[in-house]
Amino acid sequence: MKLLACLLSLSLTSFALPAAAQEIAPDALVKGISNEVVEIIRKDKDIQSGNTKKIFDLVETKVLPHFNFNRMTAYAVGVNWRRASPEQQKLLIDEFKTLLVRTYSTALASYKNQVIDFKPLRAQAGDTEVKVRSEIKQSGAQAITLDYSMEKTPAGWKVFDVEVGGVSLVANYRETFTNEIRNAGIDGLIKTLSSKNKQLEAKT
Amino acid sequence: MNKSALRLLGAVFFAFVLGAVSGCATTSNNPRDPLEGFNRAMFSFNDALDGAIIKPVAQGYQSVLPPLIRAGVSNFFSNVDDIWEAVNNALQGKIDEALQDVMRFAVNTVMGLGGVLDIASDMGLQKHNEDFGQTLGKWGIGSGPYLVLPFVGPSSLRDGGGLLVDWRYDPFFHVSNIPVRNTLLALRTIDTRADLLGATDVLEQAALDKYTFVRDAFFQYRRSQIYDGNAPREPGASLDVDDADLKAAVTEPRAQTVAEVLPIMAQAPVAAMVVPSESAGVPAVYTVFADGIALKTPNAAPEVAPVVSVVLFADDVILQTR
Repeated sequence: MKLLACLLSLSLTSFALPAAAQEIAPDALVKGISNEVVEIIRKDKDIQSGNTKKIFDLVETKVLPHFNFNRMTAYAVGVNWRRASPEQQKLLIDEFKTLLVRTYSTALASYKNQVIDFKPLRAQAGDTEVKVRSEIKQSGAQAITLDYSMEKTPAGWKVFDVEVGGVSLVANYRETFTNEIRNAGIDGLIKTLSSKNKQLEAKT
Repeated sequence: MNKSALRLLGAVFFAFVLGAVSGCATTSNNPRDPLEGFNRAMFSFNDALDGAIIKPVAQGYQSVLPPLIRAGVSNFFSNVDDIWEAVNNALQGKIDEALQDVMRFAVNTVMGLGGVLDIASDMGLQKHNEDFGQTLGKWGIGSGPYLVLPFVGPSSLRDGGGLLVDWRYDPFFHVSNIPVRNTLLALRTIDTRADLLGATDVLEQAALDKYTFVRDAFFQYRRSQIYDGNAPREPGASLDVDDADLKAAVTEPRAQTVAEVLPIMAQAPVAAMVVPSESAGVPAVYTVFADGIALKTPNAAPEVAPVVSVVLFADDVILQTR
């Protein structure tokens, strides 16, 4: 009887939650998405020949939902974040997101059958922030490390930073953003980001 | 490259350096980059050289040669490099890694047809990445100022010094037949550049200011390399994502209206005052009255202006006057 009640409540909660993501461990989540995306690229001739629209769509549907862009943007902007109005914050998030999606898509487009290895997750049971570590193997060179910093949210684990070869993407933007804000204010940074995005859009 | 061409290049380069130093007007605001004016000039020089010669040749190389051959070339240079990596691992006290490097060299040289095949990696002997700059870093020597070297690229005072030692023991620099030596060095350069084509494309897209982006990535990357991918957190560093100040910055404010803030500020005035971005970071003086807050900015009008909006954080306050 007790077992039945347990099962019932379990099935109820899994229906009540928007996604089963909460039950997926962070490393399993990243690994699953990574394998899925790589598999799609491997099969899709359009993507291989550089169809950017298709890569964007792929990133938009498969990858984006698992990123916390609010936190990424806040951390990239740094201490100036609190000086931005809610409207400015929204614009910053949108523009930064567009830039990152574009960059990420370019990186994916250059994918050429490299092997991606995931390392065992080093985390305690109650951790709300973990780092999922992976490596891209390449012949004749040291493997490139690709680490995802993730946080536990009610909607499942979300990525808030990516480190490529030990270089944190979020931290790397901070200096540029701080300079930009010092010189032209928060609106200046928004303008720079949006013109960069427009310039990239024109190229594709 | 023949001698006169080299001399010409040297002259061009010298003129460039002179121009860069005399035109060193860029105000540097990064403590790690006091030579920003010079570095920016070197960066554009390298970028122009890359765009005009190295990148196009690397692209041609990539499109002409099949991937298998290119991998063989990369493997060959990488194999010779494993000896120097073994020496550096040993100098850093990493004896296991040093022995692995020696094993890699032995396996790949004998079974991998002189290093053209990377059999060792398939056997689970991992490739490392070491150089003398990293060894110096491991010994506790700080990176020193950022330095963009002509033809070489991003470096630092420490790593530039390390590079001189790397070159001293680089077997390809000591091949006695000069044409053979030059061909090998050119091939290595082009092969390395070809491997980086994807990365530089991403960089072009990602960076708002390529110079700063590359500089900050360089410091992060070297730090990660010195700690072999397990760099500890740098508390208070501008590049630390887990910094406590930063966490405070992105958290919710304590109070947001003058009425709410007044009692708190009257009790314990916030010492660290940073003025809104419009005032360009000049510290200002504020006074808390019974019925409101007033702000006095040193660079603006000397009179005291009433504060119309206020946001109070744990360690900071943002005041705005009309």
